[in-house]
Amino acid sequence: MNVRSSGTQRIHIEQDVVLARQLARKLAQDCGMRLIDLTKLVTAVSELARNTMTYGCGGDMDWQIMEDGARTGLRLTFRDEGPGIPDLKLAMTDGWTSGGGLGLGLTGAKRLVDDFELETAPGAGTRVMICKWT
Amino acid sequence: MAVLQQQTVDLLKTSEKELAARWITDLEASGSTRNLKADEIKQQTTEFLRLLTSVLSEGGAQTIMAAEWEEVRQFLEKLSHQRALAGQDSQQTAGFIFSLKGPLFAFLQTEYADQPVVLAEQLWELSQLLDALGMHTIRTYQKSREAVIKRQQEELLELSTPVVKLWDGVLALPMIGTLDSQRTQVVMESLLQRIVDTGSEIAIIDITGVPTVDTLVAQHLLKTVTAIRLMGADCIISGVRPQIAQTIVHLGLDLQGVVTKANLADALALALRRLGLTVAKAAV
Amino acid sequence: MERIPILQMGDYLLVTIQVDMHDQLALTLQDDLSERISKMSARGVLIDISALDMVDSFIGRMIGMISGLSRIMDAETVLVGMQPAVAITLVELGMTLPGVSTALNVERGMALLRERAHVQ
Repeated sequence: MNVRSSGTQRIHIEQDVVLARQLARKLAQDCGMRLIDLTKLVTAVSELARNTMTYGCGGDMDWQIMEDGARTGLRLTFRDEGPGIPDLKLAMTDGWTSGGGLGLGLTGAKRLVDDFELETAPGAGTRVMICKWT
Repeated sequence: MAVLQQQTVDLLKTSEKELAARWITDLEASGSTRNLKADEIKQQTTEFLRLLTSVLSEGGAQTIMAAEWEEVRQFLEKLSHQRALAGQDSQQTAGFIFSLKGPLFAFLQTEYADQPVVLAEQLWELSQLLDALGMHTIRTYQKSREAVIKRQQEELLELSTPVVKLWDGVLALPMIGTLDSQRTQVVMESLLQRIVDTGSEIAIIDITGVPTVDTLVAQHLLKTVTAIRLMGADCIISGVRPQIAQTIVHLGLDLQGVVTKANLADALALALRRLGLTVAKAAV
Repeated sequence: MERIPILQMGDYLLVTIQVDMHDQLALTLQDDLSERISKMSARGVLIDISALDMVDSFIGRMIGMISGLSRIMDAETVLVGMQPAVAITLVELGMTLPGVSTALNVERGMALLRERAHVQ
């Protein structure tokens, strides 16, 4: 498995969430991803980027296009130095809300991608890694 | 082929480690290990040398297709298969074997430095042996690829589940065979696309040809139905045999108000009614 | 400020979302619509999302809100033109937009709105 290309997108203001979506769309197209997979990925990116901006108080989205034999993958990591998620188990349960949202962000996003990793702790920021393969 | 000298075999046994090291260096230099993990390469080279010397010390039969070479062949087949999956072509996979020649020959030259005739003979023997093994790798690779292609063709045939227009505004999707996750996805997408393309308000999913309905299949069906409704169309499931109806009740599956019909004809009749159409006999 | 245009067609309002909306734009649309519905006592709202190739939970919630708000103000809302990939993704996300009526296209959507308004 090797990394073909990589980069970073800042996520600090609302417009950055849109930019992140558009960037993810373009990268997924470059990977040759099918429309339905691409749509799922871009939707997941929207959810996670918004989380980074709103609850993470701003952060970054690192991206990498990877090649593993015959298939290509897009890996995105959302990092922030925000307050972190105090109760991880609760956050990953469908229906948890905070700040008035429906709380579908994390669990929903997880269903839309192939790989999903979450690292967080109160006061230690949050790191969410997602990956979708062609 | 003539039997290898015992001296050669002993040499192989004692220099296994160094041979492996030289071999790995050559492999890396040629770039054929690019997409592979380092410890995998180490394990494979060591394993191959071990198997090779083991067979050779026990006499080594005439041809590599003999029983004694079984383990070696299996190793090569596994390697071929693994490399094929990793997207390597047969040249690279066979190259794995052929690149052993370099280090081997170097060692032999040192060993038989003052016996040119024996050296030539031993080089030839080993070369033939490695060629045969390399060819075996290529043959196995070809077979693997052919199997993959065949399977893909079968899947393609299965996947081309036709969406049929029964009437203006009524589509039918006859599902045949087992519904696995991947297949259901693809079929779902094509049905949804047809709904949009034709502006059909009713889609009839016929599961007469689906042998069993378990929780997973029901979930897939429900996802399809939900998506259809989200788009602004509706769905009828037909072909619900008594056994399937029993299974659904037994599993406590919630069909969320989806209408089910025992057969396609009943479903079509319902669809037409919903569209405000009636079928009347023509006046004679 | 950037706004999504709202068209008036008789007693009905028509919104066609064609841009990749940032959150504030979506919220502004929500506010603008409620104001227009109230101002003209609209009988129905048609939201056309046939140009949207992605609908996430935020937009989904906005649509749900608009539907709820309009109903309180005695207007019906119909969502039309959802793309298949969007529908599949929403289902996977777990967003089923309860309480939101949908139709395949603008034509059907308007027919549905008129039918509903007529019934009242």
